[in-house]
Amino acid sequence: MTRWCWVLLALVVLRPALGRADGIIADLSSHSIAITTGFTGASVTLFGATEGHGDVIAVIRGPERDITIWRKGKVAGVWANREAVTFANVPSFYAVAASRPLGDIIQPAEAVLHHIGVDNLKFTPTSAVPPDRTRLFAQALIRVQQKAGVFSSTVGKIAFLGDRLFRTTLTFPANVPTGSYLVEIFLVRDKDIVGGQTTPFAVSKVGVDAAVFDFAHTHALAYGAIAVMTAVVAGWIASLPFRNA
Amino acid sequence: MDVYLPVAEVSLDILALLGLGGAIGFLSGVFGVGGGFLLTPLLIFIGVPAPVAVASSANQLVGASVSGVLAHWRRGNVDFKLGFALLMGGLVGSFVGVRLFTLFAQLGQVELVISLCYVVLLGVLGILMGIESVRAILRQRRPGGVRRKLHHHTWLHGLPLKTRYRKSQLYISALLPLGLGFLIGIISGILGIGGGFLMVPAMIYTLGMPTAMVPGTSLLQIIFVAANVTLLQAYTNHTVDAVLALLLLVGGVIGAQFGTRFGTRLRGEQLRFLLAVLVLAVAAKLARDLTLRPADLFVIPPDSQT
Repeated sequence: MTRWCWVLLALVVLRPALGRADGIIADLSSHSIAITTGFTGASVTLFGATEGHGDVIAVIRGPERDITIWRKGKVAGVWANREAVTFANVPSFYAVAASRPLGDIIQPAEAVLHHIGVDNLKFTPTSAVPPDRTRLFAQALIRVQQKAGVFSSTVGKIAFLGDRLFRTTLTFPANVPTGSYLVEIFLVRDKDIVGGQTTPFAVSKVGVDAAVFDFAHTHALAYGAIAVMTAVVAGWIASLPFRNA
Repeated sequence: MDVYLPVAEVSLDILALLGLGGAIGFLSGVFGVGGGFLLTPLLIFIGVPAPVAVASSANQLVGASVSGVLAHWRRGNVDFKLGFALLMGGLVGSFVGVRLFTLFAQLGQVELVISLCYVVLLGVLGILMGIESVRAILRQRRPGGVRRKLHHHTWLHGLPLKTRYRKSQLYISALLPLGLGFLIGIISGILGIGGGFLMVPAMIYTLGMPTAMVPGTSLLQIIFVAANVTLLQAYTNHTVDAVLALLLLVGGVIGAQFGTRFGTRLRGEQLRFLLAVLVLAVAAKLARDLTLRPADLFVIPPDSQT
C-alpha cells in the first residue's frame, strides 16, 4: 500500500516536469505558398519557443507520390532508359532543419523511427525488387531529387534567440511541387525526442496560372481548342501590318 | 524577368523565350521553313520537359503557319485541292503519331524516341541539302552545263486514282499527296513539328510541284495538322502550354519579318548550304548527347510523378 502511495506522490510531483518536457510551440509566418506568374521560389519563416532547454529539429515533407526512377543503359551505342523502379508514397519534397548537427543531438534509432534526414526516408517499391537493387535505386532517387532541389542536401540551421525562442527560414525552389505539406517540429533533449508538434501548409497555383492548369486538365478538349484558336488569331493579327508589303 | 509556365511547371526568362521565338522566326523567314525542327530541341535544351516542348511547338506552329499562308494566299500561291489531299493524309497520320507518342511516354522512352528521330531526320536532311547546295554552287561556277530533264517518269506515276491538280499543273495519283501527308502527319504528331523541311523537298522532287506553289500549300496543310496535333496532345497528354506557345509566337512573327527581308539579299544555294550546316550542327549535338555517358545514369522523367 505504501508503495502505491509513493508512486502516486512521485507522479504528482513529477507531472509538471513531464508537462514541461512536451513544451514546444511553433508556427509558420505563412501557411500557404502561392505560385503566381512571376514565381521564382519562396521562403517561409518557422518560429517558436521551447519550454526548458533542448534542441529543435524540423522536418518538412511535401505531398506523397509514386515516383518512377529509370536507370540508363547503353543499347546499340545509345544511352536509353532500361530499368525502372517505382517507389510508393515518396514525399515529393523533403527538407530538414536543426539547431545543431543531427548526429550530436539525436540517437540514430530515433532518427530512423521518425524519418529524420534523407538517409532515413523509407522507400517501398510497388513491385517485388531485390533489396540491393532497391537500395541502389533509392539512393539514386535521393541524389536526383537533391539535384532538382526538392530534397535538401544539407540540414538547415535553426537559430536560437536566447535559450527559449528559435527561428529558421525554409526556402522552396521554383519547381516546388504543389499540394499539402506537413512540418514536424521535434524537441530533443539528451538525444531523445521529448516533444513535438506538426503544422500544415499548402503550396498551390493561384490566379491565371492555376486557372490555365486546371482548365487544361479538366476541360482538355476545350483547352486545346482555345489554344488553337488563340494561335490562329495571333497569326492572323501578326500578318495584318504586312498586308501590303 | 522570369515567367512561370503553368503546364510546363517551370519558370523561364521571358526575354529568353521571346528571343528564342524571334531567332526561330528569323530563320523561318530566311529559309522559308517553319523552324519547328529547331524549336523543339532548343526548348528541351533550355529546360522545358520534352513532352511539353513537343506539344507547345505544335501550338506555336498553328499561329506561325496561319501568318505564312495568308501572305502566300494573297499572291495566289496556294493549291487548295492538292493541299486538301495532303491534309486528309496528314490528319490520319497525326492521329497515329500522337497515339505513338502516348505509347512511348508510357514506356518511359519518349525522350529517346524524340532525340533519335531528330538525329536521323536532321542528319539525312542536312547531308542531302549540303551535297545539293554545294553542287549547285559549283555548277554556277562552270556555266553552260547540261540542262537536265524537267521530271522523270517513275513507278510513282503508275499509281491508280489519277487526279488533275490544275493550279499546280499536275496529273498524278491522289495516293501520292495522301501518303506523303500521312507520313509527315506521323512525324508531326511525335515531334510537334510541321515537317515543312521534309514536305517542301518531297513536294518538289516526288510530286513535281512548281516551286512557287510549294510553301503556301505546305503551310496550309501544316495549319490543320498542327491544330490537330495540338488538340490531341491537349486531350490525351495534357502537355500543351498555351502561355509558352503564345510567347514564342510573339517573338516568332517579329523575327520572321526581319528574316524575310534578310533572306532576299542572299542567294538560294548559299542559303541552303547555311541551313544544311545549321541542321547538321543540331543533329550532331543531339547525337553527342545520346552517345555520351550521362553524368548521372538515373533519371526521373517529369511525367512519372503522379
